Amino acid sequence: MNKKLYTVIIFSENTVGLLNQITIIFTRRQLNIETLSVSPSAIKGIHKFTITTWAEKDMMNKVVKQIDKRVDILKAYYNTDEDLVHQEIALYKLSTDLFVKMKGVEDLIRKYNARVLEMNEDCIVLEKSGHYAETQALFEELSHSIGVLQFIRSGRVAITKSKVERLSDMLTEMEKKANG
Amino acid sequence: MDNTKEKITGSEALLRTLIAEGVDTIFGYPGGQVIPLYDCLYDYSDRLRHILVRHEQGATHAAQGYARVSGKVGVALVTSGPGATNTITGIADALMDSTPMVVITGQVPSALLGSDAFQEVDVIGIAQPITKWAFQIRKPEEIVWAISRAFYIASTGRPGPVVIDFAKDAQVGTVEYEYKKVNNIRSYQPIPVIDPESIAAAAELINNAAKPFALVGQGVILGGAEKELFAFLEKADIPAASTVLGLSAMPTDYRLNKGMLGMHGNVAPNRKTNECDVLIAIGMRFDDRVTGNLEYYARQAKIIHFDIDLSEIGKNVPTDIPVLGDAKETLPAVTALLRPSVHTEWIASFASDEQEEYEKVINKEIHPSADRPLQMGEVVDKIAKASGTDAVLVTDVGQNQMMGVRYFQYGRTRSVVTSGGLGTMGYGLPAAIGAKIGAPERTVCLFTGDGGLQMTIQELGTIMQEKLNLKIIVLNNHYLGMVRQWQELFFDKRYSATTMENPDFTAIGEAYRIQSRTVGNREELDEAIAEMFAGEDAYMLVADVETHGMVYPMVPAGAAITNIIMGEESHE
Repeated sequence: MNKKLYTVIIFSENTVGLLNQITIIFTRRQLNIETLSVSPSAIKGIHKFTITTWAEKDMMNKVVKQIDKRVDILKAYYNTDEDLVHQEIALYKLSTDLFVKMKGVEDLIRKYNARVLEMNEDCIVLEKSGHYAETQALFEELSHSIGVLQFIRSGRVAITKSKVERLSDMLTEMEKKANG
Repeated sequence: MDNTKEKITGSEALLRTLIAEGVDTIFGYPGGQVIPLYDCLYDYSDRLRHILVRHEQGATHAAQGYARVSGKVGVALVTSGPGATNTITGIADALMDSTPMVVITGQVPSALLGSDAFQEVDVIGIAQPITKWAFQIRKPEEIVWAISRAFYIASTGRPGPVVIDFAKDAQVGTVEYEYKKVNNIRSYQPIPVIDPESIAAAAELINNAAKPFALVGQGVILGGAEKELFAFLEKADIPAASTVLGLSAMPTDYRLNKGMLGMHGNVAPNRKTNECDVLIAIGMRFDDRVTGNLEYYARQAKIIHFDIDLSEIGKNVPTDIPVLGDAKETLPAVTALLRPSVHTEWIASFASDEQEEYEKVINKEIHPSADRPLQMGEVVDKIAKASGTDAVLVTDVGQNQMMGVRYFQYGRTRSVVTSGGLGTMGYGLPAAIGAKIGAPERTVCLFTGDGGLQMTIQELGTIMQEKLNLKIIVLNNHYLGMVRQWQELFFDKRYSATTMENPDFTAIGEAYRIQSRTVGNREELDEAIAEMFAGEDAYMLVADVETHGMVYPMVPAGAAITNIIMGEESHE
């Protein structure tokens, strides 16, 4: 077993039920989805899925081909972390009472490059973006000091380092092919 | 507003679009959420022939049988809820076997969707894993686009099933009808662009091969590439064998046809798979029933894989040279680069294995000694000879299927209708109905078992109503024979839940006004076969065959493809 964390990037038409079609293929191959992020892409009407999963390369190859085959999928491919700039965002809800009494707030904020999004009598919400390990480190530090009331982390978003992602060029190419 | 366009109901728009897509036959069953559509169909009965099946599963298998013999898209029409869920087996079967089919399911009015309305079920959610595309029509304006797109997707590239879920309010609402054909989808490229480098690499490998061997799959038939296949095989003098679904792409008596691959395939092609130096797979997908244990499959050979579906390349067997594209185009492209060659010695080397199989298996199966009960293989062999080489073979699943495909004879393409990938018992009878309707001029012979027949036996009513001239042969061994065979060989003869107490099939046939006859010995069999083919009506021949009959040769599941059981001891 030689499993690595892969990031699968999928461009699709914005049709009902596409997420289901994609997750079915992961399920059949017994792959767990670690993170998932879906949003409109730079081009109107086209959605981008970013999915991370632990898998072997051979399996990843087969899965991505099966995803790419679906009628409403424009393009699917995968990368490993070396090829990507990737980011996750995390929110931390903390007790205001404990936070203001805590020592070294400035150091903590600087060290983690976190910022305060909300502050009221009851709670403070911090935000930090970064890799999983970075957002996790802040979570652990806060958990051990004053405790975290609520914590949420987004799925990964990623962009390839190698070349500009020319989705519009790809689309023009596809439309040319489709029109024979 | 443009007043020249007429407004018609969604139901009528759907039927007109079907006609525009070339449909003339629908297999269906009405119900609550398609009554408006069926009401409209009443006015179109001169242009759309509706075959009333007896169960919705039958509609899908009939549509499959129709598609397989005709090459057209099969159409099934059913109601919502249970009508829709009853089609699931046929849809899954069509996806596995790349059969073009459009299934139209009724659906509750769109305002009720998600409310657990009467006979509501999430058809799209259920169908997505087993379709090429599934779409719900909620507005009449979507009908022309969705139906035309459905036919385009079902019939192009690697064919497959599409489900269209048709909400009732879209059936009764009105729309300005204008047919517009869908013939491209930007996110869907049905035929990959041919890569000249892979064509050249494939040709070079074949030109340098001493022992090339071709595996013919259904892709050749689906692509209509039979002539291109012959030109390819002839030029380089390559022996070839078929998968179950590839059968009939080459005639049985063709010089380079070396038979069938796989678990119950012929001995020579299975052994030669592990002796050849270049293995050329054409439109097949290296199913585990073809390959056996992959660890021991063709490890000595370079593998060339022709396919239209990129996701099949390397899925099961690592490929040295993938040749992506439509076989009708890729085969001639490679053939053009081939040097004419002869492989006389290599081809002759198949003969000893063929002889061994004939002596150990075939001869005993088709020419059993007089004291032995009727054998399944001899029944198939006699019927194959009596039906002529233009006949279509339809089978159910199990021993009847393997005996059918092994001993039937093929004279032309599109002559085999069987459930290959999914292995659906109950497929045979309704598929035979579709096959006869899709090829009315051809003799259609169904081989089924006592188990499979009873899974969809109600379709005898469809045969009666449509007055179809089907030749139904029931190989009755009073067992679920293939499972019993595994129990005999691998489970210490513990026949768990495989014995069948059967009804009088002849009486059932007669109840449906189908001439029927049960035979238990060779004289009766010969008489019944003559009687069956003398008439122009449906006939059911129930052959009481040996209860413990076995299908040999057999490669046990999970064993190497050369690990072949011949069953020499058991029948002596």
